[in-house]
This record gives sequence, C-alpha cells and structure tokens, in this order.
Amino acid sequence: MKFKSQKLAYYFFATCMLLLSLQLLYGFIMGFAHMGFDNLHDYVPFNAARAVHTNLLVVWLLTGFMGATYFIVPDETQTELYSVKLGFIQLISLIIVGVVAVIGFHFNWWEGRKFLEIPRPLDYLVVVNVLTFIFNIGMTLFRAKRTSTTSMVLYTGLVAAALLYLPGMIYFENQTMDSYFRWWVVHLWVEGVWELIMGGILAYLLIKLTGVDREVIEKWLYVIVGLTFLSGILGTGHHYYYIGAPKYWLMVGGIFSALEPLAFLGMALFAIVMYRRSGREHPNKIALMWTIGCAIMSFVGAGFLGFAHTLPNVNMWTHGTLVTAMHGHLAFWGAYAMIVLAIISYAMPLITGRKNYNSMYGTLAFWLSNIGMIGMTGAFAVAGIAQVYLERKSGMEFGLVQQEIETHFLGLILAATVFTAGIILYIIDFIKYGRPSDEALVALDSNQE
Amino acid sequence: MLSKSQARWFFIIGTIFFSGVFLWLTVDTINSVPAQTKSANITPAVNRGKIIWEENNCMGCHTIFGEGAYYAPELTKSFERRGEGYIKAALMSKTPWSPRGRKMVAYAMTEEQANDVVAFLKWAGEVDLNGFPAKPTINTSK
Repeated sequence: MKFKSQKLAYYFFATCMLLLSLQLLYGFIMGFAHMGFDNLHDYVPFNAARAVHTNLLVVWLLTGFMGATYFIVPDETQTELYSVKLGFIQLISLIIVGVVAVIGFHFNWWEGRKFLEIPRPLDYLVVVNVLTFIFNIGMTLFRAKRTSTTSMVLYTGLVAAALLYLPGMIYFENQTMDSYFRWWVVHLWVEGVWELIMGGILAYLLIKLTGVDREVIEKWLYVIVGLTFLSGILGTGHHYYYIGAPKYWLMVGGIFSALEPLAFLGMALFAIVMYRRSGREHPNKIALMWTIGCAIMSFVGAGFLGFAHTLPNVNMWTHGTLVTAMHGHLAFWGAYAMIVLAIISYAMPLITGRKNYNSMYGTLAFWLSNIGMIGMTGAFAVAGIAQVYLERKSGMEFGLVQQEIETHFLGLILAATVFTAGIILYIIDFIKYGRPSDEALVALDSNQE
Repeated sequence: MLSKSQARWFFIIGTIFFSGVFLWLTVDTINSVPAQTKSANITPAVNRGKIIWEENNCMGCHTIFGEGAYYAPELTKSFERRGEGYIKAALMSKTPWSPRGRKMVAYAMTEEQANDVVAFLKWAGEVDLNGFPAKPTINTSK
C-alpha cells in the first residue's frame, strides 16, 4: 500500500463480510421454506426473506465496488483520496440505510418491486450516498496528476450505475411500463455498467498480478466493455418478451442477448491469456485464483447459463420458473461476488502489512465456495427443469409440482452448506489479517515490482 | 493489429450507436404499450390494486407477467383460472391461506382492498403478452 487513504477500503470490505453472512442466513430460510419447513413464517415470511436476500446481495456488492474503488484509485492515480472523512460518512450512512431497509422488510415496509424493494424515502438517501461517493472519487481523479484507462473505466461504470438508478424511481400506473423501466436499472446494471466496474477491477488485478504491460491489458479492456454494450444494451430486450411490450423485442432481445456471452467469453480468454503471458510469479496465489476463477465462472454463470434460457422460444417456458434462479445464482457469484472477493484477497496483505499469502483456509475457502455454488446451481437446474416440464409443459397444478420438486431443495441446502463453509473460512482468513496498519505503507509494494 | 485508440473508438461508437437504437425503440414501445396493454381499462380500482400489490411485496413470492419470485403461483391468468371468489377469500383470510401446506401471509384485507387487487389481476390477465403463458403442449391423459 502506497497511500494512507487506501486503508479506507478495509472498512468497506469488512462491511461486505458482515452483509454477505446475513445474506446466506436468509438464503437458508428460503431453502428450508421451499422444502416445506417454513417454521419461521410468522416472523420472516418468504417475501421478507427474499427481499433481504437479494437486497443484501446488491448492497454488499456495491459496498465491495466502492471499497475496491477507494483502494484502486489512489494507486492508479498516484494520489491520496480527496477525503477519507467523506468516505467514512458515506460508509456509515450506507450501513444505516441498509439496516433500516432490512428491518423494514420484516414489518411489511417496502416498495414490492423485484430487486428495488427499498422504500422510497430510503431511495433518496441511497442517491445522496452514491453522489457523495462519486464526488469523492471524482475530486480525487480531478486533482490527480495522472489518470489511467483502468480507473476511468471503473469510474464511468460507477457514474452510469448511479444515473441508471433514477428510471427505477418513476411511478407508472401501467405494470408493463413499470417493469420496462425497472429493467433499465436491473438489467443495465448487471448486464451493462456493472461489467464496466468488473472489467476495471479485473484489469487492475491482472496488471498487478501478471505483470503484463498495461497498454495491452487496457486495450483489451476497451474491446471487452465495447462488446458488453454492443450486446447488453439491446439485450435488455430479453426482459421485454412477455411483459406486454411490442413483439419486435422477441427478435431484438433474442439476437443481442444471444451475443451477450461473447463479452464474458472475452473476459475469460483475456484473463487466461494474460495469465499465461505472465512474466512474474506473484506471491499472492489466492488473489490470482479468485481473479482467474471470476473470469471463468462469470462466463459459465452469466454467459453460458444466461444463453441457456435467453432465446424467446425457450424463455416462453422457463420465464418465471426456478430456471431463472439457477442462472441468477451462478451469474452473480461468478461475475460480481468473485471479483469483490478477488480484490479483497489482493488488497488485504497490502492494507494490513501481513503477508499471510496462500493460507490453507484461503485455498479451502476458494474451492469449497465454488464447489458449493456449482452444486447449488445444479440443484436449481434440476428443480427448474422439472418444474418447466411438469407445470408449464404438462399443465400440472403449481402446488403439486412444488411438492414433487421439494427433494431437490435438500440437495440445494447440502450444497449451500458446503458453500457456506467456504465463506466462513474466507471470513476467518479476513479476520486473521487483522486491522489496517500504517506500518504497511511502503514506497513501492515489494511484491509488485 | 488493433491499437488501443481503435479499441477505445470501438467502445465509444458502439455504445453511442446502440444506446441510440435502444432509446428509439423505447420511444416506440412507450407509444405502443397503451394499445397492447389496454391501458384504457386501467381504472382507479386497478391502480389502487397495483399499489396494494406493491405495498405488500406480492412479487416476493408470486410472479406476474412471469416476474417476481418462484415460491407461489404465477398470477397473470389467476382471475381466469380461479375466479373472483377464490382470490378474495385468500386475500381476506385472517389465518394464513395455505394450499397444499405452503403458507401465504394472512393479509386480512377489507372487501374494498380485495376488490381492488382483483381488478388489478383482471386487467393483468387481459394484457397481450405475446403468447405468454403458453398452453401446455404435452398431453398426459393419453
């Protein structure tokens, strides 16, 4: 770590660990409810557990992106952050909004729109919070003597994510229009601007970990984010097939969303090729595993499994079934959770000054969480495909089908237990690194050059 | 071989072009949706029903137009499938409605609230969804 203000990232990362743990807890509540054990129904009904599970995911990933930005931008621009104090205010207010929202969900206080459940008054606080963050990073970039493509791509992604939050706040009487603009937030985030953020973090990690020339990495970064927008913007159409929007979206969404895996394939090839070209043995092998793993798993989860049900004639049957949950889990894990865990793994030794590289816990955490998540995806796939054939194709009643597929949720919970074991080990490793230290400040990171 | 500045232009021009096409299609969609969704039928009751739908996060268990969660049935065609009486009974029940053991929150709605939700679901069932949900194609009775 070269700059004192980079320590700020630690507090964002610690928040990530806390929110991720809570997210898993609510996941289990839902898994058990699907199996028929809904004993907590009176206190945490399914819709509350679901809102907590998905919103915590969004909040911890955003917290992770912010932490990553606070770590990366000083390093890339060779300057201290504009204001560490503002960063702390922003983190604390974000936590308050998150906690109030989560508690509110348990008392039926929400907006009830998938992924955007946070109640309106809190939405405004989120906007103020994100604007503060953007101001803080913007001023840092503005005052810096140098900027880099990596930091600019990352920043563009964050600004665009903030702007795209706004269409989700317009009220429409028509459910179709409501849904249409809700996807401007959700789709254009996760299949658009978040990929910019992911690409930026990935490029930074590859530059640091492989030692491949920055010009080469940043050139391919442009190609990949170019492909993302080329396919992803009109790819939004795959959400418009069956919501009451015009029929041409079947063709537009079908063609462009079928191209979406290309960006993820590009990302995977990019990471692998850069790794193979690597001229240096970076001691932080775990960070490298998460980085390359992220590039590969995002292709499998977001690219390949997304493609599996994106064509209109397939989606006609899978739309609104557990097949979506199958794709959703591996996509978010591969593309976004793993990139955040990668940057945390890379940053922790530098922030704390403890070269606790390649611990057994860290290695096990990587394998258990990935194997667990693949198992969960498999369980969702089996349950989802069975649901499609029984309910949609054969016309069996919903409740009967749910009873038929209950047993696959036992598989889901077993796999989720393996996954959780991995995450617990990751968090133990995180705690073992200890707190950030100014003793970690060095003119040049000895392990970087 | 591609240079960095060419790569940058590929990104910038591609993004601007496809954003432009997307905005153009959005304008067309905004103009087409009223007819396709029969928005003239969105009465104050339908709108009140939508607000009740959102305030109780019905999408946290159910889907409508295939969107939401997968814990409880798809409701787009629920008015046609179950009829007004069944839906109102589920909404007004003071104990959790639990078909086949899976519990719904006991909302204990008033008759007026339940009527509004029914109006919303009835409107939703009449929207042209480009063929969704499809009729089952496998005949299991043979």
